[in-house]
Amino acid sequence: MNIVVCLKQIIDYEIPPRAFRIDRQKKKPAMPDASLVIGPFDENALEVALQLREKAGGGRITAVSMGPESAIEALRKALAVTADEAVLLSDPAFSDLDPFGTARVLGAAIKKLGGADLVLTGRQSGDWDAGQVGQLLAEELGAPCVNFAFRAEPGGDGRVRLYKETPGGAEILEAGTPVVATVTNAETNQLRLAKVRDLMAANRKPVPTWSAADLGLDPAALAAGRIEVLDLYVPTYDARCEFVTGETPEDKASALARRLVELKLV
Amino acid sequence: MPGIVIVATAEGQGTNPAALELLGGGAGLAKALGCPLEAVLVSGSGTDPAGPAAKLFAGGARRVYSVRHERLGNGSPEAALEALTAACRRAEPRVVLFSADRLGLEVAPRLAHRLGGSMITDAVALEVRDGDVVATRPAFGGKAMEQVAARATPQVVTVKLRALEPAALDESRSGELVEVPVDLDPGVDRVKLVERVEEAAEGPKLETARVVIGGGRGVGGAENFKQLEELARVLGAALGASRAAVDEGWVPASWQIGQTGKAIASDLYIAVGISGASQHTAGISGVKTIVAINTDPEAPIFERAHLGVVGDHKAVVPALTARLKELLGK
Ligand SMILES: Cc1cc2nc3c(=O)[nH]c(=O)nc-3n(C[C@H](O)[C@H](O)[C@H](O)COP(=O)(O)OP(=O)(O)OC[C@H]3O[C@@H](n4cnc5c(N)ncnc54)[C@H](O)[C@@H]3O)c2cc1C
Repeated sequence: MNIVVCLKQIIDYEIPPRAFRIDRQKKKPAMPDASLVIGPFDENALEVALQLREKAGGGRITAVSMGPESAIEALRKALAVTADEAVLLSDPAFSDLDPFGTARVLGAAIKKLGGADLVLTGRQSGDWDAGQVGQLLAEELGAPCVNFAFRAEPGGDGRVRLYKETPGGAEILEAGTPVVATVTNAETNQLRLAKVRDLMAANRKPVPTWSAADLGLDPAALAAGRIEVLDLYVPTYDARCEFVTGETPEDKASALARRLVELKLV
Repeated sequence: MPGIVIVATAEGQGTNPAALELLGGGAGLAKALGCPLEAVLVSGSGTDPAGPAAKLFAGGARRVYSVRHERLGNGSPEAALEALTAACRRAEPRVVLFSADRLGLEVAPRLAHRLGGSMITDAVALEVRDGDVVATRPAFGGKAMEQVAARATPQVVTVKLRALEPAALDESRSGELVEVPVDLDPGVDRVKLVERVEEAAEGPKLETARVVIGGGRGVGGAENFKQLEELARVLGAALGASRAAVDEGWVPASWQIGQTGKAIASDLYIAVGISGASQHTAGISGVKTIVAINTDPEAPIFERAHLGVVGDHKAVVPALTARLKELLGK
């Protein structure tokens, strides 16, 4: 089974609100020193792929990332947890694409790879939070899409069994291939840690970079976005925290209990 | 003339409650743009669309495009996508409004792709500016807000629950009901349901509980959640968690509160060992009073909390439970 996992490198999503800065002119975040991480749902997608390969007793996982050159770090991390291959999609024409443009590029790359049986993405990126790319990619590939998947297993007759989180519980689904699944987090799919030995091997693996020309994409057509961001700003909140005091934790707890009763909150 | 089309689903003789919010918000846009307000009604085969359509007319829709099929009753996004594509090809809308619920989350982007339109998710406000419908939405887990306009038609938008003022119902209003035939080719069913697993629900539900207690990574282990359970029993509270506690495998994913978990609107929320990442606090904006218990006085949760205790939950929570038992006579 050929599995493609799409990963996005994003600015650290745990930067606290008070440290978050934007450039209002460029309508972009402006924190040049912030660390870069893989979107957390993309990491879940990678873990789902690794578990599927284990359960199937074989298969090939290709990690794909569209982004600047720094995104090679995200791909190295994927190789370190034993993804088989990685491809970086990088071109000035790929910067600032909207989700439709992103899906077009990822779709073209998957076609160039010779297609995939299962394509996994996170349910949403951890920066712009659009939650569109996985589904748009399904349209680009003419494939069905299973959203909020948290686990995958080999199904009957070359199908893929997908576990989908629903508001009331879960659905177990079987999909013919190719199929796209967008992944959500669950108790079972936090990305594993890499082994030291695999880390070193990952650094030696060649990672090809494909440009718009390599993918046969016209930069002008990609640039014609379907949306326009008119403004980006930081909202403000005005909560004032009343700290409950006391000598010991027990004193503080007593003081909190009294406050909750006084305020008729319990 | 291309209008504003809202997407509604039939629920018994009425519609999903969010449909009225979309009609309320859609009416403002339609007025400003001088275009009609219409609806697409999605129902399973058992339902008579007349009842739900009458509700949509009363809420201000002038025309209702009805798509009905047995496969639309089972929550399959593939079937809903086919049906909504057919309805929108017929309606030729300028703007399509979905609620950001499961149907909207799973179908809207693909519909926009099929119609050659644009897509904006999770809008919290809509306005008309220079003839454009501009949507405001959170990004970066709510640390920023962006305003977005469309450069391709139709403009498909999913709108967060409770972001728009619901339309007032006027039962004297009527409109035109248009049945749009949907031919759901069985081949469309490339994804087959094998089994549905219902989650056992005990105690108050997170979404509707009056008091919620949430535990995070700082709780330190599955066994430590027992102390939170004890406190929850005393307060009749529902238990929730941060994403980190779910990822650690300490609690089920259905406990997750936040942007990608459940949104709560309780009178009281007690966050224990939770740092207060924006994606977590995105799910507690409806809470009246937030209490935080955390060892780190710099934790961002204290910037959103009304009452705070700087301290170790392992000492604070049992003492709090004991003291509340006394004070409440339990
Ligand atoms: C797209 C996206 C969506 C997300 N959706 C969600 C979501 O829906 N919900 C969600 O919660 N997160 C979500 N996250 C993750 C979020 O960014 C944080 O990673 C997560 O909320 C952190 O959980 P936490 O506060 O439990 O852990 P941490 O940030 O690690 O905080 C633990 C806290 O516990 C405190 N602590 C440690 N020991 C003790 C002790 N003994 N007593 C008291 N306090 C102690 C620490 O001081 C710290 O503040 C999302 C992220 C992304 C990118």
